[in-house]
Amino acid sequence: MKIDRRSFLSFVVGGAAGTALSPLPWKMTDDLAIWSQNWPWTPDPPNGEVAFVNSACTLCPGGCGITVRKIEDRAVKIEGMKGHPVNDGGICILGLSGLQMLYGPTRVQTPLKRVGSRGEGKWQKISWDKAISEVLAKLTDLRKAGKAHTVSAISGSDRGTVANLLDRFLNAYGSPNFIRTPSIRDTYELTLHMMQGVQASAGFDVENASLILSFGSGIIEGWGSPVRMFKANSRLKKTGGKVIQVDSRLSKTAAKSDKWVPIKPGTEAALALGIAHVIIKESRYNKDFVKNYAFGFNDWADSSGNLQKGFKTLVIESYSPKKVAEITGVDKAVIEALARTFALASKPLAICGRGQGKTPGSISEFMAVHALNALVGNINKQGGIWAVPEPDYIDWPRVEMDAMASAGIQKGRLDSAASDRYPDTQYLLNRFVENIRSGKPYGIEALFIDGANPLYTLPDTKETKAALEKIPFIVSFASYMDETTENADLILPNHAYLERYEDVPQPGGFQKPIISLTRPVVSPQFDTRHLGDVILLLAKGLGGTVSKAFPWNSYEDCLEATLGDSLDVLLKKGYWTDDRFTPPGWKKAFDTKSSKFEFAVQNQNDAGNKTLMPGFEFVKPEGDAGSFPLILVPYDSMRLANGFVGDTPFMIKTVEDTVLKGNDCFVEINPKTAREIRLSEGKPARLETPKGSATVRVHLSESVGPGMIALPRGLGHTAYDDYLAGKGVNTNDLIGPVPDPITGLDAAWGIRAKLSKA
Amino acid sequence: MNDSEDLTTAASEGAAEDEGEAPVSKGNTLLDGAGGTILMFFIFGFVASLVVGWVIFPKLLYSKKKQPIDFNHALHVELSEEGCVSCHYFRADGSFSGVPKLAECIECHEEVNGSDPEEEKFVAQYVATETEVPWLIYSKQPPCVFFSHAAHVTMGKMDCVACHGHIGESTESRVYEANRLTGYSRDIWGKNMAGLKKNSWDRMKMNDCAGCHATRAAFGTETGAQGSITRQLKEAAGVVFPSARTVDKGSSVQTQKDACFVCHK
Repeated sequence: MKIDRRSFLSFVVGGAAGTALSPLPWKMTDDLAIWSQNWPWTPDPPNGEVAFVNSACTLCPGGCGITVRKIEDRAVKIEGMKGHPVNDGGICILGLSGLQMLYGPTRVQTPLKRVGSRGEGKWQKISWDKAISEVLAKLTDLRKAGKAHTVSAISGSDRGTVANLLDRFLNAYGSPNFIRTPSIRDTYELTLHMMQGVQASAGFDVENASLILSFGSGIIEGWGSPVRMFKANSRLKKTGGKVIQVDSRLSKTAAKSDKWVPIKPGTEAALALGIAHVIIKESRYNKDFVKNYAFGFNDWADSSGNLQKGFKTLVIESYSPKKVAEITGVDKAVIEALARTFALASKPLAICGRGQGKTPGSISEFMAVHALNALVGNINKQGGIWAVPEPDYIDWPRVEMDAMASAGIQKGRLDSAASDRYPDTQYLLNRFVENIRSGKPYGIEALFIDGANPLYTLPDTKETKAALEKIPFIVSFASYMDETTENADLILPNHAYLERYEDVPQPGGFQKPIISLTRPVVSPQFDTRHLGDVILLLAKGLGGTVSKAFPWNSYEDCLEATLGDSLDVLLKKGYWTDDRFTPPGWKKAFDTKSSKFEFAVQNQNDAGNKTLMPGFEFVKPEGDAGSFPLILVPYDSMRLANGFVGDTPFMIKTVEDTVLKGNDCFVEINPKTAREIRLSEGKPARLETPKGSATVRVHLSESVGPGMIALPRGLGHTAYDDYLAGKGVNTNDLIGPVPDPITGLDAAWGIRAKLSKA
Repeated sequence: MNDSEDLTTAASEGAAEDEGEAPVSKGNTLLDGAGGTILMFFIFGFVASLVVGWVIFPKLLYSKKKQPIDFNHALHVELSEEGCVSCHYFRADGSFSGVPKLAECIECHEEVNGSDPEEEKFVAQYVATETEVPWLIYSKQPPCVFFSHAAHVTMGKMDCVACHGHIGESTESRVYEANRLTGYSRDIWGKNMAGLKKNSWDRMKMNDCAGCHATRAAFGTETGAQGSITRQLKEAAGVVFPSARTVDKGSSVQTQKDACFVCHK
């Protein structure tokens, strides 16, 4: 038999026919389809018993309740907690993607000790015992050397048991240097303190307001408690309420508002006073409130009998619509119309604090806006602004101080907050950094960091970094490897927020007293420890009065003892709130010298006993107009987290192409400005400010006026994972703080800048 | 055979033309010597590939695995009060528990109860060490398949046997044939390589879902006046002309839709 080409072909044809009639090709096709779905990177949701755990989100100060869906031991979805007074089932994009923080690669997994130079990223894993003993050795040495006051702590909050434990620890140890990171909370607290004489946080009854006049506040861009504000905004739309947005940029809030009032950046206070002028001139203010419960509206005689100008005279003389129009660029007729709309609304509410309110801002501006609320008499009224008392459930015995502790405390705060210079301000982180740098009046030897990332969030990154370099011993309690933690000497990682117990009191801007409870949704994934327990261990290790100040065996023990019966409510419901809370009526609301609301604040114990009044003092942006002809203004967005945690991978994928493309971020400039400097859409450009420079790309947009550059906040991280690091520019690299003359808090809203072809 | 005859002819003719040679024999019929060889090779190829496809391929495709513990369903069903749901129960939220976890087994088997060596092995290897038994699940579907037991068993009142067969009556765990390519059990495709089935539980592919659903959806809409033949005819028509479908609106009882997303999340 001859095997030739023909017989071979015949064999192949026969084989093909037989194969087609066998299950092989059909089965293989089917199997390959299934095989292609089984690649290891294809997410495979786990199967198992479903459970829901109620907890609270702590990724921002919003204080939302969350419900986490679990399958067996794995958390698979975070949702807003239904019925929670703050967010009632809603959740923001950061809260939603919090699992990427929990399970992501940025977690610090064990205590770490720096072995390379600072920021080099060389770490040695050490045991908890060793880590604690290293801190103890340092603290013992410093205390013995009489340098207890040189130990300091920067914390994201000063409320709740954990922050209070840290503060108490410093107190018992002998340091006055506990510092909270700055925000508009500081300025609003000061405004209420000065004008109303109360120690309270500002609560906004936005749910019941009929008109919100916002001076640059990003109502749907993360101002206050973000989810709550979103809901309040939607509710206003449904109930026929109105939002008027005064903003130098067509922000999302401005775009969604009923009226956008474009304004020259930094002149918002002048507009508020111009509106006050019209309201007073047209006699549209609340006579009952102004006459019976306010002081300093009309001219008044001071203790030495000299006649002082009242608020009325001030605004009538200095803030006529014509003059305000010149300052702000807002048309005279618009100012008048705004005043009438505001005064005629049934429940008007004026709010301020730019964007998300991360920069404290100018006190006179806040007072000017608050004066508008006073004029329409919405202080402590439904739909108005409420003074919400500080939570008082933490009632620990006074710290017993030994000689070393007293000596340390007497050295005074390094940031000169609560000193003669800034008597009412509680914390001044910017000044703290500045004084570390100069070493005056004393240097800082050790720094603890919790819930804060100053190296990213503080204006003037270079200055902050130089200051941190001067501190010989930095301990971070961060759960994630952020910029500041990268530059620490020792990391004692806290449990992530989904792994720990913690009380979360009073979200920013919420009008009723509320405490939520963060609780472990999953067991700790790594070798981390609760900061509360670490503080207790440190105190025990130091012994003496320090140890005595902490009579609890564990953090949970402390939480139980502190919260008492409320803890049962918290465990059951996830939150505790005083539903029936209403702020005191006007008769009892004000604890000022005059026992009234003060348009003219007299209780300044400042040298010269100057009276403080709402006013407009233009906070001059740094830099000279000659070399820096443009003005750079940062803006906030819900898709870009810019607090102590950065964007999650999920979030960064949602950022528009006109904000971030690859690693390049875009600045918004007006087409007119673009023509002047010969830049076209998408072109790279060099952005220079007195503080630094960066390469960006330009996006031409009418959303900003000519001469303005808008740069998004929340980019330019150097830490975290590949999804975030190296993307865009950090606004804080380019902007420095401008201290408010009265409060010392950062009042900068922008900086002079230059944009040129790259 | 006509097809193959044509093919061989065509092949040989084509070859002849290509090479520019004269045909080997005038007639070139099947009875010729050369033609016979060609046919023989055709049959060789045909038969060999059939053998490969039907006999060798399944043997290569599937590996044979033994369950970690030889489980006697019949014995357990007999001892338990509620039948299948004693172990394969619905959780409080309505989700289906599937294969019991060790914790559930421990309720009875904290210590060795009987004299079965498999039970001894189970207690020693898994109960004592508190490790979950790596059961091989015959009915496991790819993760993209969404299937609700509650919808079928609780609401649809279907019997476990309809899909899982008489596994409750088995006295030993049969061999688990794992597809080397996909990792899933042979039970999904079915024992029969041709994909033929006699019982409703012989196969667990998409068509099996669809087939049953088409019928069920018809049950849901018809008044009962229609006979089964009429219905089947209408179904058949619906398959050929989907737009003219009258009997059922879709294969999902809940959504009345045929959309892929009903089962493939």
